[in-house]
Amino acid sequence: MRPFEYLRPDDVGAAVALVSADPAAQYLAGGTTQVDLMLKDGILDPERLVDITRLPLHGITADDRTLRVGALTTMEELAADPTVARRLPLVRTALLAGASAQLRNMATIGGNLLQRTRCRYFRDPTVPDCNKRRPSSGCAAITGAAARMHAILGAGETCIALHASDLCVPLVALDAVVEVRGVDGGRRIPLTEFYVLPGERPDVETVLRHGDLVTGVEVPLLPSTARSLYLKVRDRASYEFALVSVAAVLTVEDGTITEARVGLGGVGTVPWRARAAEAVLTGAAATTATYRWAAEAEIHDPFTVPGTAFKPELARRTMVRALETVVGDRP
Amino acid sequence: MSRDDGHRGAGRTVTPTGATGIDLTLTVNGALRDLRIDNRVTLLDALRDEVGLTGTKKGCDQGACGACTVLVDDRRVLACLTLAAQCEGRRVTTIEGLAEDGRRHPLQDAFLRHDGFQCGYCTPGQIMSAVALLREGRAGSDEEIREFMSGNICRCGAYPNILAAIREVAREAVG
Repeated sequence: MRPFEYLRPDDVGAAVALVSADPAAQYLAGGTTQVDLMLKDGILDPERLVDITRLPLHGITADDRTLRVGALTTMEELAADPTVARRLPLVRTALLAGASAQLRNMATIGGNLLQRTRCRYFRDPTVPDCNKRRPSSGCAAITGAAARMHAILGAGETCIALHASDLCVPLVALDAVVEVRGVDGGRRIPLTEFYVLPGERPDVETVLRHGDLVTGVEVPLLPSTARSLYLKVRDRASYEFALVSVAAVLTVEDGTITEARVGLGGVGTVPWRARAAEAVLTGAAATTATYRWAAEAEIHDPFTVPGTAFKPELARRTMVRALETVVGDRP
Repeated sequence: MSRDDGHRGAGRTVTPTGATGIDLTLTVNGALRDLRIDNRVTLLDALRDEVGLTGTKKGCDQGACGACTVLVDDRRVLACLTLAAQCEGRRVTTIEGLAEDGRRHPLQDAFLRHDGFQCGYCTPGQIMSAVALLREGRAGSDEEIREFMSGNICRCGAYPNILAAIREVAREAVG
């Protein structure tokens, strides 16, 4: 790894200016992705590393409607917040289902949004064909023997790399908004419009420009009457990424679903908002037949490789189980 | 106390460092340690190779096994994914810093009593993680201890005895 310049500015404007001015500069926050890919895998190779951990972007505030989370708040800090426990229990569940206590003490909320894929072909510098690392070089995962933790939605011949965040699954269902600061000032981006499907450019993952800094996330609070759930299915009980996960928020009145918001994890190249499922659910009877119909509507045209052939049906069944559980028909 | 003051001067926003070399003051187990190291060095390598505290172990060296668990400002973190430079002005606690007045920490005794290891390589990380677990108040049940210790892997499979050691100290603390 080549040497880099390590800088630790103490105000946001200086940090944004330092990275924006240098195409080879990168931000460093919790480091759980950045240091891993930089020092260990040699995938990231910045010439300038701008440590943002001392910027005043920590902390959680809330009013009656919205939770605001500073980008440098850690996963553990957000999970411990009393407003999150009371008004966004699915966010708390998703946070504590992710990584380990050590990693959650390091990893920041801004970094969680921008975490890089766990695709082992992306992370292996000896693999030459990775469109995400080297545009137009191909995709080793498509024909690889180890493509299990990969995406089936938003995926295609160019890339099947998964966005592995747990946290982003409820956040995308809840219509969270990302606060961004760039050299031209601040802007707010709905999380559902924050990520970009791989298409012809798997190396482009978000709408951010180089040097843009995520400064916070706003999450609309749930009414206390809403039923919500985060359900994660994985290969082992703890400290493992999702094979499939479902975030569901439902309002049911007299047996009819009046509002439905569903996010999916473990299946998408981006945190997946299940709008086709929501369209089926909204206004329909709260029955297992409805849930199955919604699941089939969402997972109707998956892109699979042999290693992920099991996922479409697992995803449908997990959706049905999550919806049954959130409505209360299933313990 | 630390060279953190260096970037708090009027109008300065950037820590003055060279391209690779960096002067760093770490507080390790209560003692100030002045280091001049490459800025690419992780906290794990700084502790082992520069400070000379080899109790913190290098297992996977990529954030998967928990063998390098230390406390930074009393929170458990992975030293292998932390740059030493990021710890300027922070308090680092390693397995060597647990004993007080020459007496082992209750968790160290409990690991001995319950045989909470076989090869012992993961043990410093297990104990540092357990120290934090008790402070976090997450040792309320066997299930909770297992869940919140899941970031520490033991290849020898000493989990039942590790659990027994932690459970015993948690009960002592409560009772």
